[in-house]
Amino acid sequence: MRAIQYAAPRSLSDAVAILQERGSKARILAGGTDLIVQVGENVRDVDTLVDGKRIPELMKLSFDPVTGLTLGAAVPCYRVYEHPEIQSHYSGLVDSASIIGGTGIQGRASVGGNLCNSGPAGDTIPTLIAYSATARIVGANGERTVPVEDFCTAPGRNILQPDELLVSIHFPVPPAHFGAAYLRFIPRNEMDIAVVGVGASLALDDAGTIVSARVALAAVAPKPLYVPEVGYFLEGAIPSTEVFAEAGDIARSLVTPISDMRGTAAHRKHLTGVLVRRTLQRAFERARA
Amino acid sequence: MTTETKYRVIGTRPLRPDGVDKVTGRAIYGADVVLPRMAHGKVLRSPHPHARIISIDTSAAEKVKGVLAVISGRDMPDVTGSVAGGEGGDINMRYASNNVMAHGKALYEGHAVAAVVATSPHIASEALKLITVEYEVLPPVIDVRKAMEANAPILLDDLRTDSGGVKSESASNIAAHLVAEEGDVEKGFAAAAVVVEHEFTFQTVHQGYIEPHACTAEWRSDGQITVWCSTQGSFAVRQQVAAILKHPISQVKVVPTEIGGGFGGKIPVYLEPVAAMLSHKAQRPVRMVMDRTEVLMATGPTPGAYIKVKMGADADGKITAAQGYLAYEAGAYPDSFIGAGMLCLFAPYKLTNVKIDGFDVVVNKPSSTAYRAPGAPIAAFACETVLDEIAEKLGMDSLAIRELNSAVEGDWRAFAPPFTRIGALECVQAAIASDHWNTPLVKEGADGKKRGRGAARGYWGNWDGVSSAIGRLNPDGTVSLLEGSTDIGGSRASIAMMFAEAFGVEYAQVHPSVVDTDTVDYNDVTGGSRTTFGTGYAVYKLAKKMQGEIVEKLAEIWEVAADAITIDGSCYSSNGHSATITQLAKLFEEHGVHINASITAKGNNTSGAFATHIVDVEVDAETGKVEILRYTAVQDAGTAIHPSYVEGQMQGGVAQGIGWALNEGYFYDANCKLKNATLLDYRMPTALDIPPIETIIVEVPQPTHPYGVRGVGEVPIVPPTAAIANAIYDAVGVRLHALPMSPSNVWEALESK
Amino acid sequence: MATQIVSGKTAITATINGETRDWLCEPRQTLLEVLRDTLGLTGSKEGCSNGNCGACNVIMDGRLVNTCCVLAVEADETEITTVEGLATPDGLSTLQANFIEGAGLQCGFCTPGFLVSTKALLDKNPNPTDEEIRWWLAGNLCRCTGYDKILSAIKKTIAETNAS
Repeated sequence: MRAIQYAAPRSLSDAVAILQERGSKARILAGGTDLIVQVGENVRDVDTLVDGKRIPELMKLSFDPVTGLTLGAAVPCYRVYEHPEIQSHYSGLVDSASIIGGTGIQGRASVGGNLCNSGPAGDTIPTLIAYSATARIVGANGERTVPVEDFCTAPGRNILQPDELLVSIHFPVPPAHFGAAYLRFIPRNEMDIAVVGVGASLALDDAGTIVSARVALAAVAPKPLYVPEVGYFLEGAIPSTEVFAEAGDIARSLVTPISDMRGTAAHRKHLTGVLVRRTLQRAFERARA
Repeated sequence: MTTETKYRVIGTRPLRPDGVDKVTGRAIYGADVVLPRMAHGKVLRSPHPHARIISIDTSAAEKVKGVLAVISGRDMPDVTGSVAGGEGGDINMRYASNNVMAHGKALYEGHAVAAVVATSPHIASEALKLITVEYEVLPPVIDVRKAMEANAPILLDDLRTDSGGVKSESASNIAAHLVAEEGDVEKGFAAAAVVVEHEFTFQTVHQGYIEPHACTAEWRSDGQITVWCSTQGSFAVRQQVAAILKHPISQVKVVPTEIGGGFGGKIPVYLEPVAAMLSHKAQRPVRMVMDRTEVLMATGPTPGAYIKVKMGADADGKITAAQGYLAYEAGAYPDSFIGAGMLCLFAPYKLTNVKIDGFDVVVNKPSSTAYRAPGAPIAAFACETVLDEIAEKLGMDSLAIRELNSAVEGDWRAFAPPFTRIGALECVQAAIASDHWNTPLVKEGADGKKRGRGAARGYWGNWDGVSSAIGRLNPDGTVSLLEGSTDIGGSRASIAMMFAEAFGVEYAQVHPSVVDTDTVDYNDVTGGSRTTFGTGYAVYKLAKKMQGEIVEKLAEIWEVAADAITIDGSCYSSNGHSATITQLAKLFEEHGVHINASITAKGNNTSGAFATHIVDVEVDAETGKVEILRYTAVQDAGTAIHPSYVEGQMQGGVAQGIGWALNEGYFYDANCKLKNATLLDYRMPTALDIPPIETIIVEVPQPTHPYGVRGVGEVPIVPPTAAIANAIYDAVGVRLHALPMSPSNVWEALESK
Repeated sequence: MATQIVSGKTAITATINGETRDWLCEPRQTLLEVLRDTLGLTGSKEGCSNGNCGACNVIMDGRLVNTCCVLAVEADETEITTVEGLATPDGLSTLQANFIEGAGLQCGFCTPGFLVSTKALLDKNPNPTDEEIRWWLAGNLCRCTGYDKILSAIKKTIAETNAS
């Protein structure tokens, strides 16, 4: 590995100060399961790693029945999926956090890190979009909050400025009759990058009609893709296998994936339809429960 | 099924002698060797699959603080000739030398072009970036059929096609064209009621041992070279290092460490001669360790291939003719195990009319090497899926047609004398009688998934080779047993068990160890399913020799005639005298007598091992994903020395076969660049991908071994790919003619159904 | 700015297998490299360098981690258990003994990772189902055994622990 520098600030202001001084070659280190490998393989041009795990805000995990869930950017996956309130209120997030790497990876890897890595196939990002999560960003010029669907810009790239860092991700309180899920398709049964991933959420009224729906896709575009068209189609519909299949058809018509070592374009396009249907079905079962 | 209680020790399941070291982290593997003043070497590799090396400028790298030396092809001697490489035949040393460090041309992406030694591995890696290599990029060819075309880019200017000893006039990528023929195939096909013919394509696959290649070498100023490394054959390393460095073999000593898997891939040398040369330049011991990407890019995978198979059978299901065309990708240098593929292609079947053409073809991929039954699994995939289709067309049960046509003693096989006593038929019959085959399969799974069952057979020849061992009777009645055979999966235990059986002592009285090339006599590599057979044969002879020595010495002490001494297990008696080995050891110590013996022996292994496998799969037809639900492996072990380790070989072979069947394969982009050289994207099965694997051991003793041993390590990887393909057909009605049967390939086949 | 930026070698202290260990390391060195090359704990193995094989797994502050994806500087003030810490002065742990007895290893290279990962699982969940064991161990690759005898050794350990 190339020589690097390391800092472990204990406050946001210290972290921002280091980022400001070091510029674009400094990067926040959360679980490191992507970043350390990327620096080792020279995939990212980074010379300074700023460890975020000693900053309290980045390690905070709290649920409030009024304001919702705050997930610090460096909180490791195991804390997410073992958290009782996340298990009961945000089961779609459990889906995502428990399939990133092996259990050793989940001991370190964070949802915030997955978002900042901004991979097109990031397993948590469609879920965050499905939950209407927002990203709290702090930088030299203060603070801003951005919907997750606006965070990633291209493979490995996002809206963070060199002096900014992701502090936390905020999830609103799910309304009544709400369900969300994440499903991915991989060739093995674990340990793979998604060939296609789908995050979906549904909210139903008391009669069971869909009042809102959000669907986002992984690995079919240069960045995790929010497909509002699918949500518009579902709003007002009565849930059924046919409706979900049609939603899948719409999603499929919207994507133009590539072929690579993880799957062919044709297979990815086809899987988009299948997985959107299956994910909506699972979200619906949770909404109904 | 295990043997009757014919033996005291054989057939039991004692603890392996290296177990404690391996569960406590104390066992020393290739990368764990530490020497005083040790430096670290790293290799610069070609980014191009085919390029002429115009110049290499190492001056900037040499100036880096901490860098001790830099070498490239020009620092390596020009070598010729060949050395014994093991089951695959001889190793051409010029090619081997060019493979460890390119001379003139880089023939695959990842081909070594230079190496640095520095005081830390990080400094060495950073210095590699300062080496400037000027390349003339040449058009690559990575597909076997394209490489065979007349206008294909030529990899090796001096390579001529060898057709039965006749060399082609001009350079070619076809290293050899082999033919195996018996009877008259045209006549046979004319007599057939059903003829099925298909073409098959196969990707390159890697052995996937978890331990990357690693070695430490020290070239002392007196010329003595010592190499510590993880290898399947310390003597093969000694020969190759001596030949590549043009160094006297007597001045090369190889100390084998524990080995973290090999499967055939740790027979060639990659780092060892380079580390030795770097040590020579730096005057320090040098350790070199590959990372996973280097392992996948630059060490021997198994060949990709094109195969065409045509088989015919009469209305009763008797095979009337079989024809095969096999073209294997050798990688950058010749030798793709094409002969082994041809031998194994139709071996499980009694054939009277057969013709097989085989082509060994170089392509711009890493030089292929052995991988567990090299050449056989893809050949079996072709034969066994074609035969399955014939059975279907004739309305026959798929194991019934295999039983009907099974080869038995005396039947023909390619390139070898007719079979001696084999357990081929017994394996099929055990499969037919198995619980698995007799338990009906529910064809519908959850969520509309479809289930199917398939079966397939496989053959792998056994190699005998030369083994040596040394035995010393210790004063406490135990025996120190020194071997030269690498122990990859527990062979120290099996070998010690056979020695104990033959010497009349308990297993616990035998202390086996694998020692260096200066300590024990010559051993062929651990490969070709030979170690339990060959080294077992050697220690059997060693035990008999030691018994002879004991009798001789005892006759002097007891003052009796040697032939008046009788041996019953560990007890020696004569004319009122009687003593156990333990008592004798003490007696010998008192008399200053030492019982030591060494043996070098070559067994005669003329048959081989057969297997029949059954698998149930579940296919998600919407996605193309295949799940393995149940798996049963039946195999003839001859005699199962340590049944747990026989089962372990069977289960391990099946797991590798499942990986090969479903997901493993090198993925190249349009520029012939390898895109999945990591364990993230080279997808080997995890614990969630493999079901429990049931094993049925059949024991048809191998007639030429004192304990009836057959090699068990390789054949279990032969049937799985075809068995799974046949099960997929049973589930969803599509026949796959390529590996891997990945979700996208299965889905595409279903789409075009 | 209050925070120090480290570029050269830094002094790190951690408790490893119950013992306080200090070392100097550069920021670019992984915990795996330091365990193996600085501290002589070569039981942790490097198989893939990117968190995909589990051969380097250790327990750090109660959680399983891949040490090839941890910087050694991050290990400051942590508590670590490696394979070398699994046996007691009285002998092998039940899990280690069952791996040997049940042929849960062949080449043995992945074995340290499997033992450490399994310990982390059983510490948390003493009665996992087969599916939970396989899921937990999906990040540990074994190329020799086909996992069958590894699973058997773990299940035997669970049964014996429950019986005692």
